Amino acid sequence: MSELLTDREIDRSHMEVSDEVVIEITGMNKWFGTFHVLRDINLTVFRGERIVVCGPSGAGKSMLIRCINALEEHQKGQIVVEGTILSSDLKNIDKIRSEVGMCFQHFNLFPHLTILENCTLAPIWVRRVPLKEAQETAMHFLEKVKIPDQAQKYPGQLSGGQQQRVAIARSLCMRPRIMLFDEPTSALDPEMIKEVLDTMIELAEEGMTMLCVTHEMGFARQVANRVIFMAEGQVVEQNEPEAFFDNPQSDRTKLFLSQILGH
Amino acid sequence: MAGTSFVRKELMGQTPPPMTSAGIIGWLRQNLFGSWMNSVLTILSVGFIAIILWEVLPWIVRSSWTASSLRECREAIDLAWGDHVDGACWAVIRERYLQLIYGFYPSEQYWRANLAFILLLVSLAPILFPALPRQMLWFSAAFPFLCFWLLWGGTLWLPIVAALGFAVGYLAFIAANRAAGQLAGAIAALLAPVVWWIWLAAPVSRGLDSVIGIGIEPVESAKFGGFMLSVTIGITGIALSLPIGILLALGRQSGLVILKSLCVGFIEFIRGVPLITLLFVASTLLNIFMPPGTNFDIILRVVIMVTLFSSAYMAEVIRGGLAALPKGQFEAADSLGLDYWKRQRLVIMPQALKISIPAIVGNFIGLFKDTTLVSIIGLLDPIGLTNNIRADVNWNGIVWELYGFIALLFFIFCFSMSRYSMYLERKLNTDHR
Repeated sequence: MSELLTDREIDRSHMEVSDEVVIEITGMNKWFGTFHVLRDINLTVFRGERIVVCGPSGAGKSMLIRCINALEEHQKGQIVVEGTILSSDLKNIDKIRSEVGMCFQHFNLFPHLTILENCTLAPIWVRRVPLKEAQETAMHFLEKVKIPDQAQKYPGQLSGGQQQRVAIARSLCMRPRIMLFDEPTSALDPEMIKEVLDTMIELAEEGMTMLCVTHEMGFARQVANRVIFMAEGQVVEQNEPEAFFDNPQSDRTKLFLSQILGH
Repeated sequence: MAGTSFVRKELMGQTPPPMTSAGIIGWLRQNLFGSWMNSVLTILSVGFIAIILWEVLPWIVRSSWTASSLRECREAIDLAWGDHVDGACWAVIRERYLQLIYGFYPSEQYWRANLAFILLLVSLAPILFPALPRQMLWFSAAFPFLCFWLLWGGTLWLPIVAALGFAVGYLAFIAANRAAGQLAGAIAALLAPVVWWIWLAAPVSRGLDSVIGIGIEPVESAKFGGFMLSVTIGITGIALSLPIGILLALGRQSGLVILKSLCVGFIEFIRGVPLITLLFVASTLLNIFMPPGTNFDIILRVVIMVTLFSSAYMAEVIRGGLAALPKGQFEAADSLGLDYWKRQRLVIMPQALKISIPAIVGNFIGLFKDTTLVSIIGLLDPIGLTNNIRADVNWNGIVWELYGFIALLFFIFCFSMSRYSMYLERKLNTDHR
């Protein structure tokens, strides 16, 4: 396990955590049939936080962040995102989804649209941005993720790492205030993981509020300001990365860390 | 294990492939004579094709084009090619091709059918080829009404008033939406046009016509026939069954239990009943349920049945396409904040329809060929007309020539559809370009 993620110095000047609450989850529970997937989750996210959620598979990490933009429905408890209560009201759901960007493990780019069209689709149809302006925004973010020259290609022609960076750019085009990452590097080759993580680091440097489900412990150590460890559908331990890695409290956490950092 | 280490000093450049795998020889070798089994099959197939052509071509060529009865035909062929030569009697096509194409449509009005067909091509063009200017779609939207007027004639006000039904639906939606919310709006948008079409359209158009009379000579449905009838039923069915099929497929996937069961019930019922049965219902039974005195046009009834039949199959085809899409596509669209209809229109349907193109076009072709079934309920489509033509003493006993001609026309239509679908598939293939 490489501990150092990037050789350059991370610019922490904009990485400030404010007192403003952006996500407030209280007493959230979710069941699949009779199976209790998420158990009494309480979580408060402040503006500018970079939270890494880790844990063994089946712990409910993905489920947790998918509940935040209502890709999954929770059955009990309350989720408030940017002051909007997440209920079954479609208006609230659409409002929250346009504030919250999301990147998936398998990128989920739209294969029938070019890279540029992928990035302009939602701004044009959801935000009603004029085509020209949407394209300019898209090119701006594609430059940021360092693939402006691929704008006219189709997703199928790009490598996995490039596709994931496009997916990040696509989310950014909606100007989200919060970004959710669901194992963004798990489907990538080692060479490509770095380019995606670099993009995520740059995003963090600009002060974006981020929630990442990831197994990249180097990223957690260097970029995150808080690490949440989940197991069996509940939050077992959360702490600042330093303390979390160097001095884990619960046995479950110790076991997990020894397994992923041990070799 | 000595000597297994290896370092290449210079990287090799590109070199051309060997002669045996490139050019004509390479192609022949690869595709026709790849193995001794392939070679045998190639030779057998070529022989088979040669025998068929040897038998059929003389029949087609040693023919008579000018006779006025089957007997004259045979005499002319005997005279020209010698006794006992079997040749085609194309004279029947020459004499009756107008009938096979237009049915009993009045010949001085043929221009209307011709114009309608040309305008059909014009209105299809922007739908089939996205490179054409999008403004042409306005004409495509107006075409059904224009075509109806051209073919059936009568007052120009009727199609205009019928088209106004959509405007009525829109206004009703706006009004009800403002007054009582979205659900009321949706219901009003569905009900208002139906009310308009059933009770108001006819009197309004009569009234307008009496004020300003614009019209052309009406032609009744009984005079429709031949290919014109097949194309009318086929194209209408094709154009309507795709959108209805999409809605049924979406309904079947819906989370609303009642809507879902309605769609499933409809699809399964229609798929469980033969088209012939539906056509008989259209031609005989339907009138029993209508209030006495209503004259519900037979072609309209048939078109409705054919459309319903085909849309049920279409729904299942599209459901297949929907099922083939990864769940991530739905999630990505959701996470970007696209609502249900935008998600379907911009992300899901373009992909689902693309996957289903071969099956959809297969359905279209099937539908188009199924239009010949209307001959069973007495409509004079080309197949129905062959019986009429054979009933003529002059042409009694002629079979191959008529069916051959009809087959050729159907083949042109169906083959064009098939080629277009292949073109579309290639064009939409964004996977490995």
